Amino acid sequence: MSGQFLTEDYYVANKLMKGFLGSANIDTNSRLCMASSVAGHIRAFGEDVVPGSYDDLEEADLVILVGSNAAWCHPVLYQRLVAAKAARGTKIVVIDPRRTASCDIADLHLAIRPGTDVAIFAALLGHLVDRGACDHDWIQARTTGFADAVAAARSAAPSLADAAAIADIPPGALETFAAWFAATERTMTLYSQGVNQSSAGTDKVNAIINCHLATGRIGRPGTGPFSLTGQPNAMGGREVGGLANQLAAHMSFADPSDVDRVRRFWQAPYIATRPGLKAVDLFDAMLDGKVKAVWVLATNPAASMPRAERVRAALAACPFVVVGDCWPTDTTQLADVVLPAAGWSEKDGTVTNSERCISRQRAFRAPPGAARPDWWMLSEVARRMGWRAAFPYRRPAEIFREHAALSAFENGAPKRRLFDIGALSELSDDDYERLSPVTWPLPRGTAAPWSGAKRLFGDGQRFSNDDGRARLVATPYRPVAAPPDDEWPLVLNTGRLRDQWHTMTRTGRVARLLAHRREPLLEVHPADAARHCLVDGGLARVASRHGATVMPVCLSPEQRPGEVFAPMHWTDRFTSAGPIDRVVGAATDPVSGQPELKATPVRVTPVVPRWHGLLMRGSDRPPQGEFYWARVPVERGHAFTLAGWQTLPAGSSAAAWIAALLDTEPSAELVTYADPGRGTFRWASVVDGRLDACLFLARSAAALPPQEWLVPLGGGVAPEMRTGLLAGLPASAVAAGHPGATVCACFGVGIRTLQRAIATRRLASIAEIGSVLRAGTNCGSCIPELRAILGDARAGSNTAA
Amino acid sequence: MTAMPRRRERLVVVGNGMAGMRTVEALLAHAPDRCDITVIGAEPHPNYNRILLSAVLAGEKTLDEIVVNPRGWYDERGIRLVAGDPATAISRTAKTVTLAGGETIAYDTLLLATGSKPLAPPIPGLGLPGVRAFRDIADVEAMIAAARDHRRAVVIGGGLLGLEAAWGLKRRGMSVTVVHLMPTLMERQLDGAAGELLRRDLDARGIDVITNAQTEEILGAARAEGVLLADGREIPADFVVLAIGIRPNIELARAAKLAVNRGILVGDDMRTSDPDIFAVGECIEHNGQVFGLVAPIWQQATVCGARLAGDQIAVYQPPPVFTSLKITGIDVFSAGALAAADDADDEITLHDAQHGIYKKVIVRDDRVVGSVLYGSAADGVWHVELIRDKVDVAAYRDQLVFGREFAERAVATPSDDDEIGADHAPVAVAVLREQAA
Repeated sequence: MSGQFLTEDYYVANKLMKGFLGSANIDTNSRLCMASSVAGHIRAFGEDVVPGSYDDLEEADLVILVGSNAAWCHPVLYQRLVAAKAARGTKIVVIDPRRTASCDIADLHLAIRPGTDVAIFAALLGHLVDRGACDHDWIQARTTGFADAVAAARSAAPSLADAAAIADIPPGALETFAAWFAATERTMTLYSQGVNQSSAGTDKVNAIINCHLATGRIGRPGTGPFSLTGQPNAMGGREVGGLANQLAAHMSFADPSDVDRVRRFWQAPYIATRPGLKAVDLFDAMLDGKVKAVWVLATNPAASMPRAERVRAALAACPFVVVGDCWPTDTTQLADVVLPAAGWSEKDGTVTNSERCISRQRAFRAPPGAARPDWWMLSEVARRMGWRAAFPYRRPAEIFREHAALSAFENGAPKRRLFDIGALSELSDDDYERLSPVTWPLPRGTAAPWSGAKRLFGDGQRFSNDDGRARLVATPYRPVAAPPDDEWPLVLNTGRLRDQWHTMTRTGRVARLLAHRREPLLEVHPADAARHCLVDGGLARVASRHGATVMPVCLSPEQRPGEVFAPMHWTDRFTSAGPIDRVVGAATDPVSGQPELKATPVRVTPVVPRWHGLLMRGSDRPPQGEFYWARVPVERGHAFTLAGWQTLPAGSSAAAWIAALLDTEPSAELVTYADPGRGTFRWASVVDGRLDACLFLARSAAALPPQEWLVPLGGGVAPEMRTGLLAGLPASAVAAGHPGATVCACFGVGIRTLQRAIATRRLASIAEIGSVLRAGTNCGSCIPELRAILGDARAGSNTAA
Repeated sequence: MTAMPRRRERLVVVGNGMAGMRTVEALLAHAPDRCDITVIGAEPHPNYNRILLSAVLAGEKTLDEIVVNPRGWYDERGIRLVAGDPATAISRTAKTVTLAGGETIAYDTLLLATGSKPLAPPIPGLGLPGVRAFRDIADVEAMIAAARDHRRAVVIGGGLLGLEAAWGLKRRGMSVTVVHLMPTLMERQLDGAAGELLRRDLDARGIDVITNAQTEEILGAARAEGVLLADGREIPADFVVLAIGIRPNIELARAAKLAVNRGILVGDDMRTSDPDIFAVGECIEHNGQVFGLVAPIWQQATVCGARLAGDQIAVYQPPPVFTSLKITGIDVFSAGALAAADDADDEITLHDAQHGIYKKVIVRDDRVVGSVLYGSAADGVWHVELIRDKVDVAAYRDQLVFGREFAERAVATPSDDDEIGADHAPVAVAVLREQAA
């Protein structure tokens, strides 16, 4: 399931699968995103709860961003941080292997070796103890596990210097960070995928939370650990319990009474009683033939999962694959049945953000054609399977009320679940329609208007563990699952770019969003580039134990030497280089099952392009062949960047190759240009007097015309302009460059050339025309026409004067 | 000492055609009073533009319209024109020219501009009525008459002249077949691709073309009835035009024991082996080369006219040869090499088959050495300049074949500038023009 589902969709899917099909083999995309945070929260707080609120950002004096490029990934929040820094001088520390855009406002950047976060926060915990910065009264009153956690921290990183060595950063920088943390009461730690997408993700989360618990900095203004959610409604999915190891509404398979409670609430005798397969394991089981049917809802595992080729093989091998989505995706290509799903603007329901705030999402247009909301499709299937009474939903409000009621169901003694929105279970349809954003918890009886609790765990409020206390967790340090070695000397990190979202199934359709980066670039530190013979703008082959791809290189001093970065977005619908997950390993966190997407050892070798190309055409069909390509949408079609490391096909095979690339209809009229000596070739195909496709090839990328110079696809092409299509000049110059109808046949002088020359060079006689353009000086038969043109020009200029 | 009034130099011009008269014009431009001039012409016409005979045949121009120098022009300049009385002998010892009519004319300086004669294939039937060359006004008049009285024509020779003849006869209502020895048309001026486009265009105009066709015989008893090809095919025809080429007309010079080879041998100063005798035009041979196209002949006339006017310096340097075809709606041009000679030559081609556009430029070390243009000959003159001046085209090679306007914009267009005024000529363009000029 998607991380962008609405809560109502998640709820029905989870109820159908766990409650009625009786299996917990259901997972949300949070597995790739937030699973480690979920697990860390549960270990520390007894429940998946974010204790603070966004407002705390404005009240903090020290904000630490760990594994988060908020400037690109949480831009609104980041701008609040920028404003807060301007207003109160908030100190900002960024802990990230890369010098990201978020470092623009950082007072300190710790460019740590990937996967060493635990060592940093372990050393910090030791430092806090040594400096007497811990709040021992609070620890005593509210927590357990302090001594074990400190002992584990001491052994993970005995000193700041040791941690600095492990993390490969200057000891002084770490000392500065530790001193700031120790000295600043109002400290927040914001963390995201750099922490979660790790084989030690859960320990990273707890190492961070440990430092906040040890100083009592939680539940008070401007303090606390704060997990930044990766997807719009990952929180909603977590509230519903959509992950394979969750049950429902913050209830757990681990507690048989929880299972019984949900069974009774749903009246579901066949309810699953144990956790199901997490995403990575689920596809492994599918490949082994143990999973025989799968329903993929609005997510794209064929591109987003690590070892993507393996996932594709699993889907291909699976006897029955149903995929619901609003666009064709890498995964719909592997489906037996594709269900058209309503999209974001067409769906009604609720979402929850990182600070527990539930907002309504309202449709503003009807779904096209047969598209339906996901909750509707799930309900219809459930009803046809005989569970009509359990799935009677006609509108999202009904689902939401049931979801709210479940959260409140038997919630209290002996165990209280903080996720309780019982107050919302009585909403009328109209109330639901008008619902303003509200923050939970909101137990039944909470008086409207609801404000909810901005902060949890302050003022003696119980944690959700049975003893009401928070736990400090012992977090031994372990390095990344697969460290680099001689054979695979570089570490591949993956992540988001500013203007793309996930696997580009929607953002990849918007030309403006591709203006920032039009193709995936492998970011390489200049020193590594020199060592591995890579050049800026060149191509490189990136290979791991799991797969390989060829992509363009961009030199970036923002990288740490020894590490390379590739964007996660591009799939093979957009580039031959995608998805990068073909290369990424699938080591998972033992607690959360979240895969380590940000540290795969790779080898990067140069690939020398023999040619570069620019292709424009209507079809988005992926070009076939041994070359690199990347596609961006343009008006009425697509533009492809091409680069090949083999010689261009020659002779008769060339024509077929070109025809396949142009992907044009047989009736198309071809205009061709060739300068084989220089390796320059150009083709344009014209259908019904309009540009249908064009292709430019050259030995260097610099010799290709910029895309914006070209006549737009579908643009009308006058017969005399056809050859100019391939001139590789701005369209305005092409129009101006045409000589017009021939007047002097001997010297091929056109009427527009004559008119321009007469005007700009002030030619006044046949002899002057002859001396400048030679028109009329050979056979002389055009002299009467020249005389007439000269007369017209004179008349025209007189009129103008 | 009293100065004697110096007698004006007597210049006799044998040949009242384009080359001879252009030379006289050049002489007069330099030194209007230097010579007493006599012009002897074999045809009973004043000087006309022989290139435009095609246009007359095609009905696009009248004979009057192609006259370059009407009789009044000669009179106004005091030039004696003897038209329709061909020269038959030259006496270099007596320095006289004898005419068919018996008159003998003395010269101080003699200019031979005797032109060329149609080449005749060694086949039977050449003498039959209804067989003509395509050379002069009499031929055109015969062709016009044939088109009136007969229906089917065969033109032997698919070169420039043959195709223009074919087009003219077609325009006058005959059905026309062109019989050509070589695999493609105009193979001396066009490459195979352009030749094919030309064949297609002629086909669209209703002219049949048979290539790889050796003519064995012109059939017929009382007049031409057809053409027999080597492969046995017979093409019925009641009119046959011979247009397989020309050869310099050197009989007079040879009889006068001037040095001749294929043509009358001249040096860079346009003098023959006799320093008092000059020669220009299609009758000459210069550096092993003979001439059938007008551009180099204009150059010769300019040099020769200057020399006749006393210039001691002017020398003839052959310009790049270029060709264009006078068939309405078919733009053809070529200059220099037709194809890459070896690996050091690059061919740059632009092809729009549906619209009959084909352009090829042959480049060696970023300098143009040849050009073939079909369907749009607009840049022929520019290519000639590029070839002649060995201009380095590296800066705009990628736009070269698209035309001069494009090349100038390529030089003027900075890669990061996407807006350029159409008539705004930056400095770089001026540089380009100077290079090319």
